[in-house]
Amino acid sequence: MTYTEVDSVEGEAGDFKVTLTKKPRYIIEEKCTGCTTCVEYCPVQYPDQFNQDISQNKAVHIYFAQAIPLVAYIDESCLYLKEKKCLICESVCQADAIDLNQTAEKVEINVGAVILSLGIEPFDPRVREEYRYGEFENVVTSMDYERLLCATGPYEGEILRASDKKHPHKIAWIQCVGSRQVIPGGNSYCSAVCCTYAQKQVILTKDHDADAECTIFHNDIRSYGKDFERYFQRTEELPGMRFIRSYTSIARENPETKNVAVRYSTPDDGVKEEEFDMVVLSVGLNPPADYEKLAEIFGIELESHGFCKINSSNPMETTRPGIFVSGTFQGPTDIPESVFTASAAGAQCGELLDYRRGNLTKERIYPPERDVSQEEPRIGVFVCHCGANIGRIVDVPSAVEYALTLPNVVYAQEQLFSCATNSAQEITDMTKEKGLNRVVVAACSPRTLEPLFRDTVREAGINQYYYDMANIREHNSWVHSKEKEDATQKAKDIIRMSVARASLLEPLQEYDLPVNKAALVVGGGIAGMTCALSIVSQGHEVYLVEKDADLGGTARRIHYTLDGMDVQAHLHDLIEKVYQHPLVHVYTDAKITDAAGYVGNFVTKVESERGITEIEHGAAVIAIGADVYEPTEYLYGEDDRVLTHLELEDHIVREEEKVVKAESLVMIQCVGCRNEERNYCSRICCGVSIKNALKLKEINPDMDIYILFRDMRTYGFSEDYYREAADKGVRFIRYEPEDEPQVEPGESEEGRPVLKVTATDYILGQKLEIDADIIALAAAVIPSAGTKEVAGLFKVTLSPDEFFKEAHAKLKPVEFAADGVYLCGMAQYPKQIPETISQAYGAAGRVLTLLSHDTVVASGSICEVDEKKCMGCGACLSACTYGAIEFREVKKDKKAVVNPVLCKGDGLCNVKCPTGAISLKHFTDEEILSQIDAAAA
Amino acid sequence: MENERVEGSFFNSPADRNFGDVMVVGGGVSGIQASLDLATAGFKVYLVEKAPSIGGHMAQLDKTFPTNDCSM
Repeated sequence: MTYTEVDSVEGEAGDFKVTLTKKPRYIIEEKCTGCTTCVEYCPVQYPDQFNQDISQNKAVHIYFAQAIPLVAYIDESCLYLKEKKCLICESVCQADAIDLNQTAEKVEINVGAVILSLGIEPFDPRVREEYRYGEFENVVTSMDYERLLCATGPYEGEILRASDKKHPHKIAWIQCVGSRQVIPGGNSYCSAVCCTYAQKQVILTKDHDADAECTIFHNDIRSYGKDFERYFQRTEELPGMRFIRSYTSIARENPETKNVAVRYSTPDDGVKEEEFDMVVLSVGLNPPADYEKLAEIFGIELESHGFCKINSSNPMETTRPGIFVSGTFQGPTDIPESVFTASAAGAQCGELLDYRRGNLTKERIYPPERDVSQEEPRIGVFVCHCGANIGRIVDVPSAVEYALTLPNVVYAQEQLFSCATNSAQEITDMTKEKGLNRVVVAACSPRTLEPLFRDTVREAGINQYYYDMANIREHNSWVHSKEKEDATQKAKDIIRMSVARASLLEPLQEYDLPVNKAALVVGGGIAGMTCALSIVSQGHEVYLVEKDADLGGTARRIHYTLDGMDVQAHLHDLIEKVYQHPLVHVYTDAKITDAAGYVGNFVTKVESERGITEIEHGAAVIAIGADVYEPTEYLYGEDDRVLTHLELEDHIVREEEKVVKAESLVMIQCVGCRNEERNYCSRICCGVSIKNALKLKEINPDMDIYILFRDMRTYGFSEDYYREAADKGVRFIRYEPEDEPQVEPGESEEGRPVLKVTATDYILGQKLEIDADIIALAAAVIPSAGTKEVAGLFKVTLSPDEFFKEAHAKLKPVEFAADGVYLCGMAQYPKQIPETISQAYGAAGRVLTLLSHDTVVASGSICEVDEKKCMGCGACLSACTYGAIEFREVKKDKKAVVNPVLCKGDGLCNVKCPTGAISLKHFTDEEILSQIDAAAA
Repeated sequence: MENERVEGSFFNSPADRNFGDVMVVGGGVSGIQASLDLATAGFKVYLVEKAPSIGGHMAQLDKTFPTNDCSM
């Protein structure tokens, strides 16, 4: 329900009564086809909100080209709404969809639970005059810049200056705008995403203009996420790219050129001013607009910055039972966190409402499939304009006309957006009406929309494999935007190829596989236990496998977190629940010796204190955690005054005298990572050092504490604790990797045996010597020793840093490319305990999307072996990455056999087969050769 | 996401018309994911968005780091 706001939420968990207001669109949604004729004729120009008000739109318009639903709306700038004039749109709309008399509509709904995914509001730099935003034309926010970069943006992907519509050549980014500031209007926290998005903008700017000169002014580079360190290096190595660590101010605007001068300082040159063609303000993330009002409506409490108040041991929980929170409303976070906290909030709704699962939903029923195998091919071709994406370049009507001349084509038409609901319906309707038995849609990549169009064909009673997609967007209009005539010719060629193939397509059947309703969770730390408990709370059995004798993992060595969570109490509670829950079966001292099967039907062999067990399960979750690097640096292992942070924490908790009574303690960051061998940031260590520094200051306020760091990466709300530590006298000294601190035993002036730490202070520009009684090393988090073995068993892949690799960095953060196998916790990448808990619930949520079904569907486009031609050479076996092919004895001969369920249809085997015994259904040699012939015709 | 079987948009009877399992407020990437998960797992979901389209701020982004994938 779009264009709708929530007025009130009454009731309690399981039974909420919600009142909504549907704002008037002045468009009848069911009638609007998204054709945009009204937009063309509308006389009112109005700043386009989606494009950050940079370009103009009309009073009646579609929010953006790919909007869902693809329906227009009329905003407050409409002449009729203001002055009862005009009504042009009403007269041009052929669908009769305009209704300027619409009023707001109240709707009441009943639900059992609520998830708040209210998001963020970008920081508005207008609140601080010194940013000159809105005053100097060539000062833009990073959000403005995103739109400038984008092909659907205000200048169709051209980066232009507001003052003269010229390409800026020299661009500066100013970091931490509205973040890490304790000033009126600013936010004290770190917004967590700006460092890396600014780097992205630099990379994309250089894609637009390879010679562009880019400068990022920053305070620390916080590349704390997975693969971010490499991304930072990639940016840093670009020609013409500078990272300058300095506070900045926007000094003035050149009255002639409208260039913007930035004042900054460097240790070598002191304060200086430099002119840039454009300045991008890397704005931070604010809580959603009207957060106080929203809190009132939903009856929840907020934390001090205006985000949702959450509980560290369950970050999806708000202060009102039955109302959960996900995404950036929990606090500033990146997209993967927004995605897995969404799945996590879903899991918790599932726990609450499991008793009513499936009651309100119904399986989709398709019409019976018509057998057309004996009919002559009757092909329908639908050519999509994709708004302007294709239509502006390719002459679509002539492509349609051409399609009608091709063999077997009995029908062809154009469509504005073939993927829009009404157009898809049109394809279904025309297929029935014209008696089509093959459908070709000439539009975009099959990667995104083929499933939709197959579904459309199915709705018309035709086998879904009687469908082919001609890609005239990615393969054509996008890459030939300047050669319209040739692009039109190429579109015709592509359509001809597709039609040739479509004539030969065969109907294929998909397999329904039963789903075993149990899950296997590998790893009994906080991640594994949290995930297991959420799954069993939704009625499914879980086998929890732990390699150690006890549950708990690394968390057994952690006592408190930065935000004050009592980790041991939480852990004991978890362990107790795990052992008490009748559906969790715990295997300790366990080793997995074999894992076979596939989504919905895995069989895993476990050797444990219970003996050897064969476990059947439908899903598997990898939660094997991570290890700590054992330093070889800074006298670790040689001098017992040098500790890792885990050891330090243990000493602090036991109030060991040599630690809590120390006069001076030095912490050294980035030990064993952010180097050549481990080219990543361990993410948690800056926070851990601050946590232990604050704890020590609490116990012994007189202790001198020094933190030697490269970049302080206290992202998000952790920044507040960094500030607190600085306020309490913890001294932060930055070092460069090529000038690491040196540690050697020695004596203080008073003759006390100490460790002498020497480092360069870049602010004072001189060498420092610190006498330390204790040194704590922020040792890297490294992949668990069992990682490779487990990856091999479950046929999942690892990232370059040898943590497990998720299916998609942003959108599939808790699952593997292998179906039915999921991922959470430190096994994926180092993370804080609340993040681990969120991801564990997230994995549970995703597991339930599988286990709540009785069957899963396997594709019909798979490989098949012609036994007569197979000579048993085994070339295909080694080519298959999914283990889908095996040998079977046939009359004393070995023959390859494809397991249709494991086969992903990637076609690696059939190209290897020397006798041509393997064919890939839906991509047979015959089908592909016909396409090639058609291309050459 | 596109390969999942999403159910839940069908009503058993007109009486159920305004009766759902979960309301998700906010149609950005998080709200969309929560809605898809819940619908796939057998719940009827109302997704409420204040803007005229779902997509949220992510839809406004050109690309996403560190893979530079399109954010649409």
